[in-house]
Amino acid sequence: MTEPIGQNNLSPEEERAWAVIEQFEKQSADSPPSFEVLLQYVAQDLRSTSVELLTTLESLDAVDKWRVAYLGRRGSLTTVLRGLSSLNVEDRRTIGAAANDTKKTLEDRLEVRVRQINEAALALSASQDRLDVTLPGRPALEGRLHPTTKIVREICDAFVAMGFGVVEGPEVEWDHYNFEMLNIPKGHPARDMWNTLWVDYQDQSGETPMLLRTHTSPMQARIMEGREPPIRVVVPGKCYRYEATDATHEWHFYQVEGLAVGEGITFADLKGTLFEFARRMFGEERQIRFRCDYFPFVEPGVDMSIDCFACNGDGDGCRICRDSGWIEIMGAGMIHPRVLEGVGYDSERYTGFAFGMGPERIAMLKYGIDDIRHFYANDLRFLRQF
Amino acid sequence: MKVPLSWLKQYVDVDLPAKELAHLLTMAGTEVGEVQVIGGWSEVFVGLVKDVRPHPNADRLRLCVVSTGAEAMEVVCGAPNVAPSQKICFAKVGANIFDTHSGRYEILEAATIRGVESQGMICSAQELGLGDDHSGIIVLPNDAPTGTLLDEYLGDTVLDLELTPNRLDCLSVLGVAHEVAALTGKKVREPESSYQESGIPIAEQVKISVADPDLCRRYTASLLQGVKIGPSPQWLQDRLTRAGLRPINNVVDVTNFVMMEYNQPLHSFDYDLIKDATVIVRRARPGETLTTLDGVVRKLNTENLLIADANDPIGLAGVMGGANSEISNGTVNVLLESATFNGPNNRKTAQSMDLRTEATLRFEKGLRPELAPIALRRATGLIQEVAGGTVAPGIVDIVSSEGVDAPVVRLSVSTIKRMLGMEVKIEQAQETMDALGFTWETTGEGELKVTVPYWRNDVNIEEDLVEEVVRIIGYDSVPTTMISSPIPVQQPVPIMQLRDQVRDLLAASGFQEVINYPLVTLEQLEQVEQLDPSTLPLRVANPMSSDREYLRTTLQASLMANLASNQGNSAGPFRMFEAGRVFLPREGDLPDERETVSAVLAGLRHEPSWLEDESLLDFYDAKGVVEQVLDRLGVAATYEPFDHPAFHPGRCAKINAGDVALGVVGEIHPSVMSRVGLEQPQVAAFEFDLDSILSVLPESRQQFESLPRYPSATRDLSLIVPAGVAASQATELILRHRGIDRAELFDIYAGENIAEGSKSLAFHVYFQARDRTLTNEEVNRSLDGLLRTLERELNITMRA
Ligand SMILES: [Zn+2]
Repeated sequence: MTEPIGQNNLSPEEERAWAVIEQFEKQSADSPPSFEVLLQYVAQDLRSTSVELLTTLESLDAVDKWRVAYLGRRGSLTTVLRGLSSLNVEDRRTIGAAANDTKKTLEDRLEVRVRQINEAALALSASQDRLDVTLPGRPALEGRLHPTTKIVREICDAFVAMGFGVVEGPEVEWDHYNFEMLNIPKGHPARDMWNTLWVDYQDQSGETPMLLRTHTSPMQARIMEGREPPIRVVVPGKCYRYEATDATHEWHFYQVEGLAVGEGITFADLKGTLFEFARRMFGEERQIRFRCDYFPFVEPGVDMSIDCFACNGDGDGCRICRDSGWIEIMGAGMIHPRVLEGVGYDSERYTGFAFGMGPERIAMLKYGIDDIRHFYANDLRFLRQF
Repeated sequence: MKVPLSWLKQYVDVDLPAKELAHLLTMAGTEVGEVQVIGGWSEVFVGLVKDVRPHPNADRLRLCVVSTGAEAMEVVCGAPNVAPSQKICFAKVGANIFDTHSGRYEILEAATIRGVESQGMICSAQELGLGDDHSGIIVLPNDAPTGTLLDEYLGDTVLDLELTPNRLDCLSVLGVAHEVAALTGKKVREPESSYQESGIPIAEQVKISVADPDLCRRYTASLLQGVKIGPSPQWLQDRLTRAGLRPINNVVDVTNFVMMEYNQPLHSFDYDLIKDATVIVRRARPGETLTTLDGVVRKLNTENLLIADANDPIGLAGVMGGANSEISNGTVNVLLESATFNGPNNRKTAQSMDLRTEATLRFEKGLRPELAPIALRRATGLIQEVAGGTVAPGIVDIVSSEGVDAPVVRLSVSTIKRMLGMEVKIEQAQETMDALGFTWETTGEGELKVTVPYWRNDVNIEEDLVEEVVRIIGYDSVPTTMISSPIPVQQPVPIMQLRDQVRDLLAASGFQEVINYPLVTLEQLEQVEQLDPSTLPLRVANPMSSDREYLRTTLQASLMANLASNQGNSAGPFRMFEAGRVFLPREGDLPDERETVSAVLAGLRHEPSWLEDESLLDFYDAKGVVEQVLDRLGVAATYEPFDHPAFHPGRCAKINAGDVALGVVGEIHPSVMSRVGLEQPQVAAFEFDLDSILSVLPESRQQFESLPRYPSATRDLSLIVPAGVAASQATELILRHRGIDRAELFDIYAGENIAEGSKSLAFHVYFQARDRTLTNEEVNRSLDGLLRTLERELNITMRA
């Protein structure tokens, strides 16, 4: 052992350990030590002082030095075994066995001590380097879609699952598609149902036929003109009306239009499709109800309600359904034969249904939003809630 | 349309509670918006004023003795019109009446007014909630039964109908009665319309001709002589006021009453003011004018239909009468008109003059011609009843060649099944038709020929009858099925897919989606882009307000406004985007609606946190997002310096893919920021044209590239680059060199130790061979070659 294990002052244990080794080295400096001295050293003194020293070591570093000093290639125990040549075979075997026994003991103790030190270090770290786990984490990037985008996707997805495709159409439209093809000719009183924003554009005959579409329904004619049945599509998109805004009315809003045309499509199919939609959107237990309503491009025309999900159709004192137990969700109907004939379909052969709903209204119901004007005011404090 | 139940009950028995009736009507298509109850006053009675004396302590007050039959009480009354032997509405203590001071209904208490105790109150219309009049008390007709509860005498329930434009019939009380009868299984009692005729026949007293029969399908008229104009009897006035109309005089009131009853607008002329007793229904002549009843001089055009006498217009047909033939207190002879005018023409005239009268609301929807003589006879009889006089024998009845036959529509159970997906028995269809007042005959197996009654103008085709059947039997009886035919193949729309993908990518990169109105001001657009004066953005002809007038040609303007309106609420980060359309005008066509995505970035780079620094978002944050999005889409983009009026000079790049421009990224011009009111040190932004991106999207988005099997070798290059050489030029050159797999720019430096006019760029360069591990020698040789190329091409040297 050439250098001390501890840093400065030697501990009593280390001093004792040193003393034992020094004494042994002194005894064997001139002549090989006797069998008795060797046995005493290997089986007793070296063993007890080294074990004693080990228990006082606190760092892995110190323990490693201890290991090198006693168990290393040039360690005390190894050195002893090299100096056995003067002994007879039996003595050598005895000392060898004792040395191995000591080695085994030291190795065992070393393992224990290392474990103890590691555990102590961890315990110390747990108490001293503890994180305040209640502190907020590093903020992750946070971006969200607009609630209208989300609800439009949700609506479209419900219909896609029933075999509908999704298409879009122009927001600036011709009177022809917005009204005339939908069985609303010029001068028709039903035009009062859609207060229109007209584009400042005159054609050669001095008419102003360009407008901001008042509904997504012009796509009915555009889609049917472009292909033959069977057709099953939904059409989301923006619509515009010349209308004052209040808590339930926006001049700029979205609609999702739906259209199914083919042979043998019936009002019962319309009911089934919309029933399925209501269940997907508002819960499996939903009921639906129709009442007669009027849109010039359908006949019969209806308005669909769902039973109120807030009060389960109870009605009394419910703010969502205003005591009625039912909430109007959308308009619908069987496509008017004049609309079918307008696009060149044989109305004797094909039937179809159409429906249209306001995603903002559905979002308001789902999220309990009390004022539609929140949607397009783009206040981040509102938008970040979705 | 307000329908008082008291009036409705004149034609049909109603034994359901009003709420249930309202529900039935609503479900069948006539929506009842409100059930309004008139009454609920409880302790208010019909009283008789026995005596009126002055109040001892007040000049304006009177003491009245009021009898309710059983008892007589003394009350203080301030109304100027109170007089002995009037029938009045007497509120006893405990009555629930409207307190004009507190503005709400309160229970009446005994009060001492100027030293005299008042045991009740004589009520004004306002105090009973019957109108706004508080200038005097209501005086009831003399035959009002003294002592009757006013709730019984005057109380009523009014259904406020919110009608769809097709249901013209329900603009009349009789029409609603037919609907109620059909829904409740009752019968309708049609009103009595017989009267005595005497004197010279009408045909000899007036010459009527229709010059423009295309605009007047039927014109009928009767003549009443010797009538006495005056106020209508109370019952007639009550009918009108409860339906929301103002009584005028007995003749005009009858025409309004019959219009409300039957839907047919009628007009009464002072016969003696009609020149030459000649009436011509004709289009206006160029330059003609007419002063209408409201005193306005109307300039007429040649599409306006007139009622004219021998010389001049005397009425705007079906819209409003002329002042020159108006019924006055001195009128003695009345020519009564009941006609069927053309709907679209009537609507156009009314709209162009901004004159939407009760008459035009009905004419524009297309009244049935059978109605004209029915309503004429009803009104003639009523006028005689309330204003006296004699009726000249006969009526004028001019019918155009279109005829007046009722529509006959086929209805078959097979069509019902085809439309509804449900079997309906022919008997059930017949019953429904009967209930609605349609007549029918059987024309074959499961098939009817149905005649539409005169009050319905909305039933013309078989589908209309199918709706009649299903709305009466109820939609609940229709089964619920799924479409049985196969699902058509659906092709996704690429631009929509791309837009949704970009939306998701941006949201994942920390951007909040916004949605803006596409109508903005021209100034807003001018602030962020150079407008071509020859193709200005499309303008709305009838904007609701001046800030929503032009269709946007960029999304940037609105996003700037969004930033401005949100910047006061936090220090950021503000990352916002919009995916929407811009509208580029096209000659003679709808605008090109380009799908566009635009974004702004400003404020703190990170959410405020104890862990993060306070650096600000800038150009390179914006560009990083642009690069990531395009990379994810598989688009290889290049960036070139760009001058754009909205962007900071020298801090803006045009985004290209080959020679296709995809958009622009940059920092906003400081003067734009100050004009928009952005209080940020810097604002970065980008805008993509999605249609352009779509055009350069790789055919197949992604191909697997096998992983290198041998290790790469890395060298760090510190280069001195002339200031005019862009980093991208150096990078491109390095990447083009054989054996180099990738290069990462990790440091840029200019200043001390670097010569003026140059900068230092430092790269990690990775050398890689596909088939072997490169030796040191090979790497060094390649590196030497690269350095020579850099020097030759861009005058780039190794930093010493
Ligand atoms: Zn509810």
